[in-house]
Amino acid sequence: MFRPAYLDHNATTPLDPAVLTAMLPWLESQFGNASSRHEFGRAARRAVDEARQQIAAAVNAHPTEIVFTSGGSEANNLFLKGAAASLKPGLIAVGATEHPCVLKPAVQLAGQGWQVRQLAVDGAGRLDLADYAEALLVKPKLISVMTANNETGVVQDVAALASAAKAAGGWFHTDAVQVLGKLPIDFRVLNASGVHAMTLSAHKAGGPKGAAALVLDKRVELQPLIAGGGHERGLRSGTENVPAIVGFGIAAELAAQRVAELSLRLRAMQVKLESGLVTLGARIFATEASRLANTSYFAFPDIDGETLVGKLDREGFAVASGAACSSANPEPSHVLRAMGVAPEIARGAVRVSLGAGNTETEINQFINALQLTVGRLQGLTAIAV
Amino acid sequence: MKLPIYLDYSATTPVDPRVAEKMIPYLCEHFGNPASRSHSFGWVADAAVEEAREQVADLVGADPKEIVWTSGATESNNLAIKGAANFYAGTKGKHIITVKTEHKAVLDTVRELERQGFEATYLDVQENGLLDIEVFKAAIRPDTVLASVMFVNNEVGVIQPIAELGEICREKGVIFHVDAAQATGKVDIDLSKLKVDLMSFCAHKTYGPKGIGALYVRRKPRIRLEAQMHGGGHERGFRSGTLPTHQIVGMGECFRLAKEEMAEENKRVGALRDRLLKGLQDMEETFVNGDLEHRVAHNLNISFAYVEGESMIMAIKDLAVSSGSACTSASLEPSYVLRALGRNDELAHSSIRFSIGRFTTQEEIDYAINLLKAKVGKLRELSPLWEMFKDGIDLSTVQWAAH
Repeated sequence: MFRPAYLDHNATTPLDPAVLTAMLPWLESQFGNASSRHEFGRAARRAVDEARQQIAAAVNAHPTEIVFTSGGSEANNLFLKGAAASLKPGLIAVGATEHPCVLKPAVQLAGQGWQVRQLAVDGAGRLDLADYAEALLVKPKLISVMTANNETGVVQDVAALASAAKAAGGWFHTDAVQVLGKLPIDFRVLNASGVHAMTLSAHKAGGPKGAAALVLDKRVELQPLIAGGGHERGLRSGTENVPAIVGFGIAAELAAQRVAELSLRLRAMQVKLESGLVTLGARIFATEASRLANTSYFAFPDIDGETLVGKLDREGFAVASGAACSSANPEPSHVLRAMGVAPEIARGAVRVSLGAGNTETEINQFINALQLTVGRLQGLTAIAV
Repeated sequence: MKLPIYLDYSATTPVDPRVAEKMIPYLCEHFGNPASRSHSFGWVADAAVEEAREQVADLVGADPKEIVWTSGATESNNLAIKGAANFYAGTKGKHIITVKTEHKAVLDTVRELERQGFEATYLDVQENGLLDIEVFKAAIRPDTVLASVMFVNNEVGVIQPIAELGEICREKGVIFHVDAAQATGKVDIDLSKLKVDLMSFCAHKTYGPKGIGALYVRRKPRIRLEAQMHGGGHERGFRSGTLPTHQIVGMGECFRLAKEEMAEENKRVGALRDRLLKGLQDMEETFVNGDLEHRVAHNLNISFAYVEGESMIMAIKDLAVSSGSACTSASLEPSYVLRALGRNDELAHSSIRFSIGRFTTQEEIDYAINLLKAKVGKLRELSPLWEMFKDGIDLSTVQWAAH
């Protein structure tokens, strides 16, 4: 069977075979409810605890700092709304290029008396430090800045940003779902710098959909988003999703083991890909910033991104235009808009995000396919003009 | 026969092998994000999600457009109750009605709303665990915004009169939410007839995977909700977050199987339950908790008087059962459900919930009966209270001295 090359790992990743093997027993033979006191339940509890330890070890956090949720969106909602509910309304500052599951909860809080300030970014997607310093003067009670952006791959220096925010005295959160397995993560170091909470997600790092975590400094007081039963130290009720949590544990462990080797390999492929893109006349976004080794975000003049990804799909390459989660939305990317990219260029945006399974051969084939496709589309545009 | 014997199907069920088989391809080759619109990985995942939505809707007589995916029944209950209460508080009022025997997911959610300025009425149930319709009717006020009543109780298995309650709510303009986590595959649910506005489901009590549930949100007349999780706008804005395709496929398949096999299965499981009941009934001083007629086929909840609950659990380790509901068994409080049925602390503590399921055999039931008879007999022999009871002393009149 023909199988397209999957170049959309920032949307979701294939499950690592070792993760699947670890998960399967917890579906059928070892199916207990982790809250049950009999042997089936205790076995499930041990599995959840072990996964908690694996995840903590992978990001150098303490197991008691891990709060399991159903996904990264929930973890981000839990932090922002949960912390806000424990505070008197004040200023909440979020990066302008955050994922909608940070931006939208902030908008919700605006309806509850909070002032929301979007932190500006420069043309390369990096937080504008002057704007940030100005925001800090107003002493935000909550700050959320993602470690790496899902569209551009731009990596923010969250340790430095959190450190600068220390004097302001608020809680600092970072969405790190795009980082696990792509860069080393050390929550202790981040925490010492002033990061109080961090979101991780299994399915962006070779694990299953349906499990994620909020890594949380225990000084932060949170109201739960989901009540009923008091699971996860009362921060998140509901029967634990044991198989997915077990899969998350293994995925996190493997991610930490492989990150050094993998990021080198991804970087080599990225260099190859981007030199090809430049040769074909693409504009690559955020190249001046520090970026994830797997993400390339680009546009060709006068070529619509949607059209291009549709053609590439037929050529056997799965890539994205804009972020997967909001792909239903035809508006040009809010990330590029925040970076000051003109809408007519932003509409051409295509994202390639590589993963462990990709090869240099696929990159070569992709460049060849892109050359043909772009050539044809530009030919059409020329005729139309 | 393998020990321990699993008789705790109301806490959770194994994933049916047929369900697991359907799930695995969506963990492996079809791993796409259903929200990815630009390639076949996404389309394949999205098609599977929509097929499962139809399967879920099909079991309960709903339109697929009325099904919203969540992470489980607890989230569904939170979304339904907080979402509707907050959306309609301004127009309908801030009074909520629920029942003392509801699951914590409902009770804790209503408590949270109370802290935010809502008023709540927690209705008593009758001794048989059933809600008295007149009591329910009397509790409705002009400012009642929402009522939440579970379909099937998780501890005693009684089936509440949802159809009648729905009629009353519709007539009075009260939004009616039903937690049906324990009901799917156990009782017929037809939302085209029931006047229910919101209904919570989950997969892992019906031979599907953990981590997936759904909320039914009626379209005619349309019920609106304030979303509890914001982000990419998945599930028509009701619930943002990447959809876990394999779990959704599992929920669809387990609901499809439930529809197909429910009638047969309830007969078989009901016969095993009756066998268990018959085997235990001739023991002295054992009491069935909850109505036996309006009850799901797989549940039996019995109090063994003059037996201390914890010693009982230790003595019958070969049986994986619950004393009190799974979600609260970390605490040593007597079951609040049994207390609401009027059982005293001692009887509540000495109660065991047996929940039988698809993979239970007659051999296992017979083993359980023999084990219980032997162990309860032995524990009672050691019990001074049992001795006093046998001597004809009415323990309720005894004055206990503190030492």
